[in-house]
Amino acid sequence: MTVFLLHIYNHNGISLYEKEWCRRKKSNLPKEQENKLMFGMLHSIKSFVAKMSPKDSKEGFMCYSTSRYKLHFYEAPTGLKFVMMTDVNVGNIRETLKRIYSSVYVEYVVKNAICGLNEPIESNLFESKLDAFVQGLSFFEEIKE
Amino acid sequence: MTVFSVYVVNKAGGLVFQYDHQKTSIELEKTFSYPLDLKLEPQTDYVTVVFGQQDGIKVGHVILSVNGKPANGRKLQDGSDVMEFIENEKNYPLNIRFGRPKLSSNQKIMMASMFHSLYAISVQLSPESGSSGIQKLETDTFTLHCHQTVTGVKFIVISDPKQVGVDSLLARLYTIYSDYALKNPFYSLEMPIRTELFDSQVVAAIEQTEKVGS
Repeated sequence: MTVFLLHIYNHNGISLYEKEWCRRKKSNLPKEQENKLMFGMLHSIKSFVAKMSPKDSKEGFMCYSTSRYKLHFYEAPTGLKFVMMTDVNVGNIRETLKRIYSSVYVEYVVKNAICGLNEPIESNLFESKLDAFVQGLSFFEEIKE
Repeated sequence: MTVFSVYVVNKAGGLVFQYDHQKTSIELEKTFSYPLDLKLEPQTDYVTVVFGQQDGIKVGHVILSVNGKPANGRKLQDGSDVMEFIENEKNYPLNIRFGRPKLSSNQKIMMASMFHSLYAISVQLSPESGSSGIQKLETDTFTLHCHQTVTGVKFIVISDPKQVGVDSLLARLYTIYSDYALKNPFYSLEMPIRTELFDSQVVAAIEQTEKVGS
């Protein structure tokens, strides 16, 4: 089991932060376009799910899985979006994404006066805390290449 | 448990078959006095609740009828505008029926092609090589299972999150498709499937799955 990458978007699709731990397939698109493509996909999935749902939903879209990876999604009420791609065998990690929001993002970005909101995060402290948090996860396992 | 609906999408993203198994309709009726304590807004197809959830009426619900007269989209049967009727103080007290909007057949076609492109994008964004597209999409109210055949036809089943045995249902649907749609001499490829035998076999397969899994 492993974690491939993490993306943080703000409410209007600006990529605030991205980190890759393990990615074997390099995309043929430039980074910026790939980020836009992912945000566009998530946005479409959200409206797709809202229309297809047979009942009134609370949480909406949570995750999808393909044959090789699983994408987990958490959206905070402020519109901040956390996307994590992991191995298919990882279960429900909604609580983990909420913890990244509450105990890493809020602590080291929102409470940091010199970190501007709605612009890419450039804090080294945030980066190291996030890295430590993700590497400490039970399903994080580095794959030797 | 429950299987909500089945979609079959051809390799170009066109909807060739759709069947709703469970008619889940949430409808609520309430009498209001002036002024209305809900924020309503006319949107593309319906007049929708945008703010002020109460008594089971949720944001996203639409007006289905006013004073027992069914609303036809944003208009009432006599051609008057729903919003104008509601804004007029003389018409109160008003009895309004709300419900979740149902997908029209055009919207279903749109949803099918939307999923077709989401499937393609998910392949492109994969961090691992050799990945398929979305096979399972989970939400709190339903789970979508998708099986793409080698020829590019997608079978999509929307079920309750707790429903089991959907994978075998997808395999069953493929068998039914090849037996009752493709072997039908009157069926032209990529076109909507309109065969009674196919319909009844699909219903039978769904009912069997519902009996097994919970």
